[in-house]
Amino acid sequence: MTLSESAAAPADEVVLEAVGLTKHFPVRRRLRNLFSRTPAVVHAVDDVSFALRRGRVTALVGESGSGKSTVARLLAQIYPRTAGDLRLHGTSTRVRGGRPFRAYVRRVQLILQDPFASLNPVHTVRYHLTRSLRIHGNAGRGAEELDAALGKLLTRVSLTPPERYLDAFPHELSGGQRQRVAIARALGADPEVLLADEPVSMLDVSIRLGVLNLLQDLKERLNIAILYITHDIASARYFADETIVMYAGRMVEGGDSETVTQNPAHPYTRLLTDSAPDPDRITGDGVDTAAGEDRGQGEPPSLITPPAGCRFHPRCPHAMRRCTADLPPRLTIGDRPGHWAACWLYDPATVAADTPGSAAPDADPAVPPPPAALERDAATQGETR
Amino acid sequence: MTDPVLEIRGLRVDYGLGDAAVHAVRDVDLTLHRGEVLGLAGESGSGKSTLAYGLTRLLPPPGVVSGGQVIYHPADGPPVDVLTLSPAQLRKFRWAETSIVFQGAMNSLNPVHKVSTQLLDVIKAHEPQSTAAGRLARARDLLRLVGIAADRLDSYPHQLSGGMRQRVMIAMALALEPQVVIMDEPTTALDVVMQRQILGQLAELRERLDFAVLFITHDLSLLVEFSDRIAIMYGGRIVEEAPAAQLYGRALHPYTEGLLHSFPALRGPRRELTGIPGSPPDLRAMPEGCAFHPRCPKAFDPCDKKVPALGAAEPGRDVACWLHPVAAGGPR
Ligand SMILES: Nc1ncnc2c1ncn2[C@@H]1O[C@H](COP(=O)(O)OP(=O)(O)OP(=O)(O)O)[C@@H](O)[C@H]1O
Ligand SMILES: Nc1ncnc2c1ncn2[C@@H]1O[C@H](COP(=O)(O)OP(=O)(O)OP(=O)(O)O)[C@@H](O)[C@H]1O
Ligand code: SF4
Ligand code: SF4
Ligand SMILES: [Mg+2]
Ligand SMILES: [Mg+2]
Repeated sequence: MTLSESAAAPADEVVLEAVGLTKHFPVRRRLRNLFSRTPAVVHAVDDVSFALRRGRVTALVGESGSGKSTVARLLAQIYPRTAGDLRLHGTSTRVRGGRPFRAYVRRVQLILQDPFASLNPVHTVRYHLTRSLRIHGNAGRGAEELDAALGKLLTRVSLTPPERYLDAFPHELSGGQRQRVAIARALGADPEVLLADEPVSMLDVSIRLGVLNLLQDLKERLNIAILYITHDIASARYFADETIVMYAGRMVEGGDSETVTQNPAHPYTRLLTDSAPDPDRITGDGVDTAAGEDRGQGEPPSLITPPAGCRFHPRCPHAMRRCTADLPPRLTIGDRPGHWAACWLYDPATVAADTPGSAAPDADPAVPPPPAALERDAATQGETR
Repeated sequence: MTDPVLEIRGLRVDYGLGDAAVHAVRDVDLTLHRGEVLGLAGESGSGKSTLAYGLTRLLPPPGVVSGGQVIYHPADGPPVDVLTLSPAQLRKFRWAETSIVFQGAMNSLNPVHKVSTQLLDVIKAHEPQSTAAGRLARARDLLRLVGIAADRLDSYPHQLSGGMRQRVMIAMALALEPQVVIMDEPTTALDVVMQRQILGQLAELRERLDFAVLFITHDLSLLVEFSDRIAIMYGGRIVEEAPAAQLYGRALHPYTEGLLHSFPALRGPRRELTGIPGSPPDLRAMPEGCAFHPRCPKAFDPCDKKVPALGAAEPGRDVACWLHPVAAGGPR
């Protein structure tokens, strides 16, 4: 597809789509497990489907180790997928190195989570950026245009004045400065899709804001489709149009960002929003308050032998018997169009046949179900009456 | 307040020598008390990591400590200046008394060894008399502490996610049961649930082992909740220091004020985020007077001429800003 063609396309056209994307990593088994029949794998990503649209930001939030980076790498085709499909402008795509891979990379750029690993220590900032501009044909003609392009890239990521940073080596930069160089390098490719894996977690608030505004600007002016991976759910609220929540390799909730962050439906999302730092909660005695109220939330599950049914059930205060056996499908919440959660609480029949919390780790009747579930209950009861 | 365990006095760290030197840490005074969590926040490039490297003498060249003292008070025995320790003493200090989780530490795991091997080695070095079974049990415990399932013990670093590697590094630091833990952005790669759990575990361990934590991060909202006191760094200097709740309730330094207003809030109405206009100072060409003055909305007469000294503006609160002249008694 040429540039003019894509420019004419509608603003919310699907650019890159994941369909049932799955990635299992084989692991060596310990001796005593050798006789088990199924080969041991890490279920890093299971059955993940979503679409990245032109000019829209999709946030992927979730627990550490839940598969976010793996999803980004699958979309970037750095890893082959175990199952599922990847469609670029509707066409199934699978590239394995060489020229097709480079052509793909030109359109789909990945910013790695870790700026310490992503820059080559023996090369200067100038080298990294020039290389990116050249490979992707954006270096302009002659030294002057190149310098202008370099200056523009650095200015965009607030590394100003550019001369101060151009000839620096990565080790001469602070963590946040390196991350911005990595972002500038990705922008050098002028991509259609930007996969940003925790692009701002190393940055302080003022620069973070600058980078987020920059990405916002890119999406609006250049109509780039952006996947924004973050563990900062508040920034997803401000910056992403749509938010997807992952837990233990699966998508558990999705919808527009304001709804997902303000009216989270899935119990894991609720745990996530309840855990966000809240300075207003302090009472002056530091760590202890927060530590006290957060005990007993359980641990992330093994991904080698993930829990049956809903993977969150060993930690879920609302777990029912069905949750321990059957995988919950995506269920519509009904408060806002497009808001869904993979949770049995939103299946009226299941709730009617069971009591939320009956199969919870330490069944505590005092735990109220999420408000969305209550509303839903009220609504369905209203219907039946 | 309890006794000091680490006193940093007039610490200066440069990158390079002579005229080419970049002064990354400038006359920093900071005291860490026994059993407390001291937060150090400030924008990217303000010198937080340099300070941590400088005070543990782990500064890679061309970094040099060009002045100051770092007085360590052991639980028993007389205080020592870390900057003058012999190599042998220094090794003991680093190994047994302090442990450090460096920024980007997730990459310092050795890629060719399993996580279990590396963790067991650290435990063995620390407790040479332990049995193999005891060490394995301890390794499992430590991993559980940081939320990693025991069946991942045999993973290689590349088989773990970024946040999992970061958590392994935290587990290793805690394996040493140190007096002082320095953590440079230890939880940047973690989701909030995990952050909270780890910080909670840290608090519990701290109760039990009574170590002090220097917690470096740019995430002021996290610090407000989890630390006892907070120091704010700007352009290589400490510009404000106060108990966490007081600092959040009322920031004295305009830069701190700016930091507190640049967070996207999860709760409440969406509000316009202002951030802090302008860019961080060039360490090679620092502005005259208060380094923040080109960006300060409240700058006035003396600001671009004289550097304000850090001093007690109110009891228990230090600030370096001409708006808050140091109370009678002068700089502390
Ligand atoms: N090469 C690999 N071999 C085996 N397991 C792997 C490999 N890469 C990742 N994993 C596992 O897959 C799971 C998901 O990892 P991933 O890096 O995608 O998580 P993440 O959501 O990005 O976490 P974080 O927020 O900590 O970065 C983890 O359990 C990880 O250990
Ligand atoms: N080897 C070096 N040579 C020259 N300057 C350096 C070197 N290492 C660091 N600097 C500079 O020293 C300053 C302080 O860096 P430092 O890494 O301490 O910042 P930081 O506060 O930890 O920032 P971040 O939050 O981004 O990690 C930065 O401006 C950086 O560019
Ligand atoms: S209620 Fe059941 S399905 Fe829903 S999150 Fe809890 S365990 Fe999973
Ligand atoms: S000294 Fe002046 S310029 Fe500096 S922070 Fe205070 S008011 Fe602003
Ligand atoms: Mg990741
Ligand atoms: Mg740093």
